[in-house]
Amino acid sequence: MADNKEKKEEKKSSYISAKESRKITKFNRKVTKRLEADRANAKKDPSLYKTHMKDDKNVVEFDNVCTYFFTDVGVVKAVDGITFNIPKCSTVGVVGESGCGKSVTSLSLMQLLQRPSGQTVGGEIRFNLGDGNAYNIVNTPTSKMQEIRGNKVSMIFQEPMTSLNPVFKIGMQVNEVLELHHPEMSKEEIRNRTLEMLEMVGIANKEGVYEMYPHELSGGMRQRVMIAIALACSPELIIADEPTTALDVTIQAQILDLLSELKDKINSSIMLITHDLGVVASMADYVVVMYAGRVIEKGTADDIFHHPAHPYTIGLMKSKPVVGKKVDELYNIEGNVPNPVDMPDYCYFRDRCEMQCERCKAKKDGAGADYPPEIKISDTHFVSCYRFFDEGEVLGYPKTVNAEELLK
Amino acid sequence: MSEEMTPVSLEGAEKDSENLLVVKNLKKYFPIKSSFFKMTVGNVKAVDGVSFAIKKGTTMGLVGESGCGKSTTGRTILRLQEKTEGEVYFDGQDIFKLSKEELRKLRPRIQIIFQDPYSSLSPRLPVGEIIAEAVREHGIVPKEELDDYVTRVMEACGLQEWHKNRYPHEFSGGQRQRICIARALALNPDFILCDEPVSALDVSIQAQIINLLRDLQKQFGLTYLFISHDLSVVEHISDTVGVMYLGNMVEYAETDKIYSKPLHPYTVALFSAIPVPDPDYKMNRIVLQGNIPSPANPPEGCKFHTRCEKCMEICKSMAPEMREVEPGHFCACHLYDDPEELKKFGKESESR
Repeated sequence: MADNKEKKEEKKSSYISAKESRKITKFNRKVTKRLEADRANAKKDPSLYKTHMKDDKNVVEFDNVCTYFFTDVGVVKAVDGITFNIPKCSTVGVVGESGCGKSVTSLSLMQLLQRPSGQTVGGEIRFNLGDGNAYNIVNTPTSKMQEIRGNKVSMIFQEPMTSLNPVFKIGMQVNEVLELHHPEMSKEEIRNRTLEMLEMVGIANKEGVYEMYPHELSGGMRQRVMIAIALACSPELIIADEPTTALDVTIQAQILDLLSELKDKINSSIMLITHDLGVVASMADYVVVMYAGRVIEKGTADDIFHHPAHPYTIGLMKSKPVVGKKVDELYNIEGNVPNPVDMPDYCYFRDRCEMQCERCKAKKDGAGADYPPEIKISDTHFVSCYRFFDEGEVLGYPKTVNAEELLK
Repeated sequence: MSEEMTPVSLEGAEKDSENLLVVKNLKKYFPIKSSFFKMTVGNVKAVDGVSFAIKKGTTMGLVGESGCGKSTTGRTILRLQEKTEGEVYFDGQDIFKLSKEELRKLRPRIQIIFQDPYSSLSPRLPVGEIIAEAVREHGIVPKEELDDYVTRVMEACGLQEWHKNRYPHEFSGGQRQRICIARALALNPDFILCDEPVSALDVSIQAQIINLLRDLQKQFGLTYLFISHDLSVVEHISDTVGVMYLGNMVEYAETDKIYSKPLHPYTVALFSAIPVPDPDYKMNRIVLQGNIPSPANPPEGCKFHTRCEKCMEICKSMAPEMREVEPGHFCACHLYDDPEELKKFGKESESR
C-alpha cells in the first residue's frame, strides 16, 4: 500500500497536463520577449551597463547573480543568487557536482548562454576595465561583449576534441583571435606571435604544428593549443572549465603545471571550474563550493580543505578516496540533489544532511525555515549553514528573482 | 621472448582451483589495412603479452593511461573479441577453446559493467525488463518466480520495487549504474569485469557505487577485475594491482606493496601525478614529458624508454622481462636486473 502511495506521489511531481504545458510555454514566450527587449534597449543607453567596482583589486565581482532557464517543464533556476569575487592575479576554484551551476556561472560571465531560453535575470556581474571603470556584463550589448570576449576574458573548454574546428589548420585558429582583437598587427607579426604562443605552451615542433590539423594531435597537445588560443591576447581572466577532465593523470599534471606557470607569466587570474578536489587543492588560492545553484561555502584553500564548515563540503571530502589513506568504507552522502524545477524553500541540503540542528527546521515567521543566510565565520571564510548562526556574523540572505515578477 | 614474459608463478596456475581467472601471455593485434586491396600493412598492438591470475573472491585493479590496452584486455578475456595469441583460463577451462554452445553456458558466470551508464541501457525497455531479460534467457529461475527474483536483486542493489516499470531516462547517473550492476548480478555470476564503472559519476555518487560493489563482493563472494584510470579508487577497492603501459604489464603486486613502494619508473611517475586534496601537500610530482607513443609503431627495446627518467643504454635495444624483484612484486624494468648482466651487455655493445 505504502509503495503505491509513493508511486502516485512520484508520478504527480513529474506529470504535466497539456493545459499546464501550454501555460508554461505562453509564460516563457512572454518573459523571454520582455528580457530580449530590455537587452536591445541597453544598446542605446551606456549608463545601463557602465558601473564601478566595489573593490578595485578584483577582476570580476559576482553580485547575487541569477541565471534561469525557461524550459518546457518550468523555470530551472540553474544559478540562484550567487555572490563571490575573483581577485587579481589569483586562482579561484569553483567546485561542485554536475548540475550545480558551475558551468552556467562561467557562461553567464561570457554571455554565452543559450538564448533566449537561458537568461541572466538578476544581479550584477561587474568586470573590471581598469581606471575605476567597469561593465555590468548582465546588460552589456553584444558589440561591447565582443571586445571583451577572447581579449580580456577567455575560456578553455572541457573537451579539446570537440572545441577545435576540424577543417582549419592550428595556425589559422590561433591567428584568428589575434586578427580580431589586434587589427593593427601585420600578417607577419601575427604569425610570429602565434609561433611564440605555441612555444610558450610547450609545443616543441611549433612550425610543424602551425601547419597541422587538429586530428593530427593528441588530447594533451590539443589542450595546449586551446590554452595558446586562450592566452593569445594576454587576457586578465582565464576561465578553465574542467580543463583536465578528459585527460590522463600524467597529461593532467603537465597541463596543470603549465597553467600555473603561464598565469604568473602574464599576470592574469584563473577561474578554475572542476569537480576534482585534488586539482583544486593543488591550484587554487580561493575555493567556492556550489550546491544546487547556490554558493554554500567560500574561503581560502586552507579554510576549505582544513576547516570545512558546511556539511556538504565535509561529506565531499570524506567521500573521496585518497591514496595512502586506508578506510574500510567510504563515506557517502545519502540521497540526491533536489529537483531543479521545484526547489524547496528551506536549506537545499537539509534532506541529505546529517548535522541538522533545531534552527534548520525552526520557523521564522510561521511559514517554515528559510534558506540559511551567508554567515562570516572568519575574515576569509563564509558559509551558508544554520549551525554557525549564533557564532558568526550574519551577512544576509541570497537575493533571488521571482519569475512571475519579471512581467510587471 | 614470449615465454620469458610470463611471471614464474603462473606455470600451471590454471590447475590451481584457487585461481578463478588465469591469463597467460594474452595478445590482441588489430590489423591496419591499406586503402587498396585491403592488404594488412601493420598491426596496432593493443595488448602485447599480458599475464596475470586472479584468486577467487578478490579484486584485481588494472590501471594505465588511455590507449594502453586496459579495456581491450578486459574485452578479450570475456571473448567479446577474438584473441591473437595467448590463453585465458576461467575456472580451469580455456575460454578460447570452448564451442559456441559451451561458451553460452559459461556466459552467465562472467558479467561486465560498462563505463557509461547513459549509453549501456536500452532506452526502450523498462528497468524490470532490462534486468529480467537475461535471467529468462538463461533460465536462472522458473518463470513464476522471476518477478520476485528481480525485485530481490534490485533491492540488493539499492533500487526500489516501483522502479521496475520506469525507463532508464528517468534515472540519474548513479541510479543507472545501480541498474547496470543489478543486471550483471541477476545472472548469479562468479566474476564481474568492471570497466571504469565510476569514472562518469560525481564524487559523492562514486562513493555510493564503490561501497555497493564492495558490499556485494562480501555478500556473494564475487571476483572483480576493476579497470580504472583513477588510482585512488583502485587503491581503495583492489587486493592486487597491475599497471599497464602500451600493451604491456610493467608492474604487478599486492595493493599495499605497489602503493607503498612502486618500482617501475612509470608507476612512480603515475602515482606522483595524482592530485592530493590538501593545499599544503608539497608538490614533487614527476611530470612525464611527451605523450604515449603510438601502439602501431611502438619504440624498440623498453616501450617506456622514450619518456623514462632513468633510461639506460640497454633500455633502448632490449625489452625488459617481467621479474619477481621482491617476493610477490613483479616488475619489468632493467633497473632491477642483475648488475653483472648489465656489465656484460655494456661490453658487448662496445665491441660492436
